[in-house]
Amino acid sequence: MKNRMPIVLLVLAVLGCLAPLAGLYPVFLMKGLCFALFACAFNLLIGYTGLLSFGHAAFFGTAGYVAGHFVKVWGWSPELGIILGAATSAGLGWLIGGLAIRRQGIYFAMITLALSQMLYFVCLQVPVTGAEDGMQGIPRGHLFGFIDLSSDLTLYYVVLAIFLAGYGLLQRVVNSPFGQVLKAIRENESRVLSLGYDVDRHKLLAFVLSAGLAGVAGATKTIVLGFETLTDVSWEMSGEVVLMTLVGGMGTLLGPVVGAFVIVSLQNYLADKVGAWVQVIIGSAFVLCVLALRKGIVGTIAARLQPKAINA
Amino acid sequence: MTDIFGIPLQAFLGQLALGLVNGSFYAVLSLGLAVIFGLLNLINFAHGAIYMLGAFLAWMGLTWLGVNYWWSLLLVPLVTAGAGMILERSLLRRLYGLDPLYGLLLTFGLALIIEGLFRQMFGVSGQPYPVPDALRGATNLGFMLLPTYRLWVVAASLVVCASTWFVIERTSLGALLRAATENPKLVQAFGVNVPLMIMLTFGFGVGLAGFAGVLAAPATQVSPLMGSHLIITVFAVVVIGGMGSILGSVLTGLGLGLVEGLAKVFYAPASSTVVFVIMALVLIVRPAGLFGRDK
Amino acid sequence: MKQANKMKLSLVAGLLLSGISGFAAAADKDAGGISDGAVKIGVLTDMSGLYADLGGRGSVEAAKMAVEDFGGKVLGKPIEVLSADHQNKADIGANIAREWYDRQGVDMITDAMNSAVALATAKLTAEKKRILIANGAGSTKLTNEECTPYTVHYAYDTYAMAKGTAGTVAKQGGKSWYFLTADYAFGQSLQADAAKAVKAAGGEVLGEVKHPLNAADFSSFILQAQASKAKVVGLADAGGDIVNAIKAANEFGLTKDQTLAGLLVMITDVNSLGLPTAQGLLLTEGWYWDLNDETRKFGKRFFEKMKKMPTMVQAGVYSATTTYLKAIQAAGTDNADAVMAEMKKTKINDMFAKNGHVRQDGRMVHDMYLMQVKKPAESKYPWDYYNVKATIPGDEAYQPMSESRCAFAKKS
Repeated sequence: MKNRMPIVLLVLAVLGCLAPLAGLYPVFLMKGLCFALFACAFNLLIGYTGLLSFGHAAFFGTAGYVAGHFVKVWGWSPELGIILGAATSAGLGWLIGGLAIRRQGIYFAMITLALSQMLYFVCLQVPVTGAEDGMQGIPRGHLFGFIDLSSDLTLYYVVLAIFLAGYGLLQRVVNSPFGQVLKAIRENESRVLSLGYDVDRHKLLAFVLSAGLAGVAGATKTIVLGFETLTDVSWEMSGEVVLMTLVGGMGTLLGPVVGAFVIVSLQNYLADKVGAWVQVIIGSAFVLCVLALRKGIVGTIAARLQPKAINA
Repeated sequence: MTDIFGIPLQAFLGQLALGLVNGSFYAVLSLGLAVIFGLLNLINFAHGAIYMLGAFLAWMGLTWLGVNYWWSLLLVPLVTAGAGMILERSLLRRLYGLDPLYGLLLTFGLALIIEGLFRQMFGVSGQPYPVPDALRGATNLGFMLLPTYRLWVVAASLVVCASTWFVIERTSLGALLRAATENPKLVQAFGVNVPLMIMLTFGFGVGLAGFAGVLAAPATQVSPLMGSHLIITVFAVVVIGGMGSILGSVLTGLGLGLVEGLAKVFYAPASSTVVFVIMALVLIVRPAGLFGRDK
Repeated sequence: MKQANKMKLSLVAGLLLSGISGFAAAADKDAGGISDGAVKIGVLTDMSGLYADLGGRGSVEAAKMAVEDFGGKVLGKPIEVLSADHQNKADIGANIAREWYDRQGVDMITDAMNSAVALATAKLTAEKKRILIANGAGSTKLTNEECTPYTVHYAYDTYAMAKGTAGTVAKQGGKSWYFLTADYAFGQSLQADAAKAVKAAGGEVLGEVKHPLNAADFSSFILQAQASKAKVVGLADAGGDIVNAIKAANEFGLTKDQTLAGLLVMITDVNSLGLPTAQGLLLTEGWYWDLNDETRKFGKRFFEKMKKMPTMVQAGVYSATTTYLKAIQAAGTDNADAVMAEMKKTKINDMFAKNGHVRQDGRMVHDMYLMQVKKPAESKYPWDYYNVKATIPGDEAYQPMSESRCAFAKKS
């Protein structure tokens, strides 16, 4: 099982390198990759630890604002912006996660939702975010100070590298002893507790890691698009990442990637076709997935292919 | 005139009275959530959407069929309860025995669908609903002139909450319900039709949301967004109160309405976040919630 | 195992390809008189969210009507109208705009409802050297901090709306003001612009109360406004907030002794409130369907198609599209620089604006109107909502160039 992981990563890397050459639109691909990383980070909680965070947009958006502000106003280079953004999100994750893990199950979801809503109001009110107008005109700048990112293709390969690094990290974490404990917590928390593991510490660490990676994704997206708006910290965004993961397959490494691309293409594809029905379609996707496709696309296919394997 | 922290006593009491009005909505909504959670172990994310649906049904009844406010107050909860029971039968039932998170996700999807449909039909500007004739005007409370309708909101929701509490805590039907919450299998073994009970309970909780919607219709603009704006705050109220007791959720709802009312006087911008801050504090001090029992 | 990997590979590839096939449609674009053989106009709007009634499908229809009235062709080449719903998300909006510019050869985007979307699109438009004529967005940043040589801000902006209402009302005797303000940048800037106008007209501001966005209940704020005893209560918020504030003001009897002045009220808000609640409210509009015979003619044509009277934004889209097409005709090309130069030197005279002109910073300056919402008894027919209280000359209503924060326009 384990030795298959590098192959998946390699396949993703090759696919990623070839995608723009196949005539796919780089900016779209970059946006997709950012959401894919965001969904992967989220999946570490829901899929491998059994924690449903309904406020993950808080980390995605905050990192975007922090990175955007420092790159735009202070003239930082993009990689420093992304690192600072991710660190801020990780810190925020430590605070929110620390509170939320005090309750379990549904309460956990409601607490994360409520706290992220509070953060939304903070982002709305502090002047630096530009409130409804958004933070606009963030330059792409030069990576490490000398690689010009204004070309879409150059930036695309940078984003691909960031995504692969994040994906690889998650792959390692999931297969490490730490990851095994997380999965055990998902299956039976009290059992793990009785075995002498510090469950709360493991949960919190997973939460911080997930928040930090969500931050990487959010900050990268800000650099790519050149702006950051309140949408990224709203509860709708938190719902979207849940849907991406659900569609692709919770608890599979590849699932969130697939799910993110499906949802992002769907939104783009529907933009000039259905008008107000988008929300209804998204809602129906939720209902359908929960009722009929709980394993998601990847999970279902993996189960079909190898009935004996438990996790892809 | 007496001052409290630099605020004239009159204004202070006035704001408290208004806080109580908002608290009544919180109380009815969180009561509905608590009733459903008690028996189904499910958080109904669509609660806000159903609250909105209740307001819209009242509006549609008045505009299209000429059903007046008082009939709406009676009929709309029944209609929403019926819709809720169909929902429970057809969809939610398939998820029992699975991780309760799936129920949350399903109802989240339903909330999006309901809200989306109403946006499609009515746009988001909203529709006006007139205050019923009998409740027009204002009542002098001595310290302020409160619109009579707001007074009615407080009275009606207190009556509904009290009756719910009475039925659940003081009647044999309620005793059965509580028993089914503790141990559904055993109650089933005694010959009680537990699935039916679950269905009725869900219908009742949802009916409460519909009732709150009708109550709200004359007081605010009837808009497809009215539910989603409110529901997250109500979730925080539920976390603060804990789901252990019916009385707890009602008291917490009213209490937080008061706190919010005070925030509006002292530092209005904080009124949107004060509930969340209290939630964080309660989690640090008493993770199970003010009235909660640890599960 | 191997088989599984192959399956996954093809799965991922398939999803990637199918998801993005929409973008794969290659477009060829070359420079020339009319590039790629057609003039394409994109209506980027909100069809499902907060602003759907203000712009939305009505804006798309307005653009189509403008093209139809122009004859469907400019310089002998066909004119096409595209439309998309940005769902109020800047990244979806910007993605659509990018795809339109890069792959569809769109020459001009209009409406651009929602300030975040408009600002993001403005940036992109300048990068791609096309034209953005913003109608639905209100943010003054479009012609100040984030201004570009390729942006025109057409129908209105928050400055003109706030100043129009506050300045004119204060001049007509409403000297003491109290503000009810949405507590974030937007509300604060509305209030600041209005307060300045009040003071300039010799009035005074007695106080303010700030409320959170999407407040569920306004009664508490209304009580505070009542206690202020100010003659005029200025509402520095928008959309659902302003509607609920007006409703609560009515319920608490504030409108008996005080006058409500909306700094950003649209006809759609009045329509959804209904005259019994909205009567007496003062507000500013850039256009109203019942101003004169020309506007009524357009209004009725529009009504036949949409079953609603046009808003100022939708009328603005019609006028902006016409203005743009006329500029192409005059310039003999759809090259953005030439068309912009043409638009900035020609006066705009149509059913929307009289002697309107596009300033150097992109602001389209035209007259605004102070309105008072009619009493139910005064309203003779559907959508008969306003009495015109005053006409505010464009140069007084809009922010003067001397206060402009637009870098390139100040240099030139």
